[in-house]
Amino acid sequence: MNELALAVPWLGKRNPLAARWVVVAIALIAPLIAISFGRTWVRVIDFAMLYILLALGLNLVVGFAGLLDLGYIAFYAVGAYTAAFLASPHFDLHLPIYIVLPLAACFAAMAGITLGFPVLRLRGDYLAIVTLGFGEIVRIFMNNLNYPVNITNGPQGINSLDPVILFGWDLSQNIQVTEDLSINSLFLYYYLFLACVAGAILFISRLQVSRVGRAWAAMRDDELAAKAIGINTRNLKLLAFSLGATFGGVSGVLFGTFQGFVSPESFSLMESIAVLTMVVFGGMGNIAGAIVGAIVLSALPEILRHIATPVQNALFGHVILDPEVLRMLLLSLAMILMMLLRPEGLIPAAARYSHLKHLKSKGVTQ
Amino acid sequence: MITLLEARNIGKRFGGLQALSDVSLTIRKGEVYGLIGPNGAGKTTFFNVLTGAYTPDGGEFTFNATPLPSGKPHLVVAQGIARTFQNIRLFRELSALENVMAGHHIRTNATIFGILTQNKHTREEERLTTERAYELLKYVGIERFATAQAKNLSYGDQRRLEIARALATEPQLLALDEPAAGMNATETGQLKLLIEQIRSDGITVLLIEHDVKLVMGLCDRVAVLDFGRKIAEDVPAEVQKNDAVISAYLGGGQKHAH
Repeated sequence: MNELALAVPWLGKRNPLAARWVVVAIALIAPLIAISFGRTWVRVIDFAMLYILLALGLNLVVGFAGLLDLGYIAFYAVGAYTAAFLASPHFDLHLPIYIVLPLAACFAAMAGITLGFPVLRLRGDYLAIVTLGFGEIVRIFMNNLNYPVNITNGPQGINSLDPVILFGWDLSQNIQVTEDLSINSLFLYYYLFLACVAGAILFISRLQVSRVGRAWAAMRDDELAAKAIGINTRNLKLLAFSLGATFGGVSGVLFGTFQGFVSPESFSLMESIAVLTMVVFGGMGNIAGAIVGAIVLSALPEILRHIATPVQNALFGHVILDPEVLRMLLLSLAMILMMLLRPEGLIPAAARYSHLKHLKSKGVTQ
Repeated sequence: MITLLEARNIGKRFGGLQALSDVSLTIRKGEVYGLIGPNGAGKTTFFNVLTGAYTPDGGEFTFNATPLPSGKPHLVVAQGIARTFQNIRLFRELSALENVMAGHHIRTNATIFGILTQNKHTREEERLTTERAYELLKYVGIERFATAQAKNLSYGDQRRLEIARALATEPQLLALDEPAAGMNATETGQLKLLIEQIRSDGITVLLIEHDVKLVMGLCDRVAVLDFGRKIAEDVPAEVQKNDAVISAYLGGGQKHAH
């Protein structure tokens, strides 16, 4: 939260408290602004929230613990499919969200540990390759587990997942306030996602400034030295993988129930790379960076879709570059420029791993 | 004198190279024990085996009359042995204070749940860790750099920070791997005072060092390694006169077993 407030241009450095409230206000009124551009844009910011959750989780693994994970989307898939199994007509199970969400989080955490064990000794490139393979294995499983016993319904995916129902309140129904004023369901989901993101930020920022966050940072900077001062790197790596996976799993459940449909193609390698790009683009090891990266890079393709096609039509009379192609082009260009100009990301990590308030009397300041 | 650490017949082989063979030594509580020898004699290997970074091929360590686990560095640290590295290995991106706080990890036990809820135990532990880390920075004399990133500290200060980090694990035995390497005479003099201070605070020191003056002035007893064997162990004055030691350093006519 502090990092995010400090990242607000101009105001952040001068009045962090005001900047903090600005951030909160923007988060709260974002859908109201979005709706004035059309319903699609509310959907876009809904998805941006899910990506923030993913980016925060991956940032925990990559940014804090220094474990390069290219298969992160697998945990998103585990979450989404858990929701699909437990709350859809597919198995005719309709468990409530309070059961689905914790279960999915547990499954994702277990998947994280399953991935974590074999890769304990690996680092850098080797780790990236194995995690990439893991992500693909999960996707291919989802794609092919429809025969001989139909578990995942294969490439068709699973349809009509139950919507989120909180205390008997169905979030997928618009609320009719008066005859011509209704609160759209997209708004309701937005605030649900926002609450999850806020919880995640609170948890992760507390984790960062704690013995665990410091141990992760130590392990990331020098694993041998971390071992030599008594840090149990095995447990901490598994913890990082499983906690990161939990965020992926929770995000997956929200995605599945929001979308009402899951299929393996949502969990391709490109998605893993997209989330990693968000983390790197925003600033690794930095909560604010992950958030800003996720917002910018999840909104970018939508903006392109709405701008690129009309612009090209107006200029050339027909579409030369498909928005999807343009997206990859611009994304790559952005990454290259980023690496050249700001290698530490949009918001470089001024990461803190300690509270200095305890030392105020000794004249130590931040 | 009470024996703190006993090494019995430690052996370690890397492929065709016998880095350590049958090294036995005893370190008593409260002394500064020097480990010297020419380059490649096996001093650092001995450190690595002792601290669990390597598993020995043979022999065992007894610390405070209990056997030390091999190949499990964090358990060795928990038993009370801390080390520094020959080539400084700090957590470069963390501040000096956080480096030392990380060193206190093994003596803290806040759980994920405690951290999430910031319960009383976690907050109290965090406060103690911070204050203790600051005290240790003061102890080694670099508290004015508490918030500076470790990578921005000067060479001598980085060495001191590494010692502070090792002390944060609350060791009984502090193993220093060439702490004076690359230091000038003034810095070495200050380091000597620091090590003496550490000893007088009741921590036993195991010291690998090339600076003969420092070793002779500081150590109570010295062991000399050459080609992975212990060729002498005595008080510094005697070791200096030992023929085997002189020929190991100066390459006298004596043949070594390979």
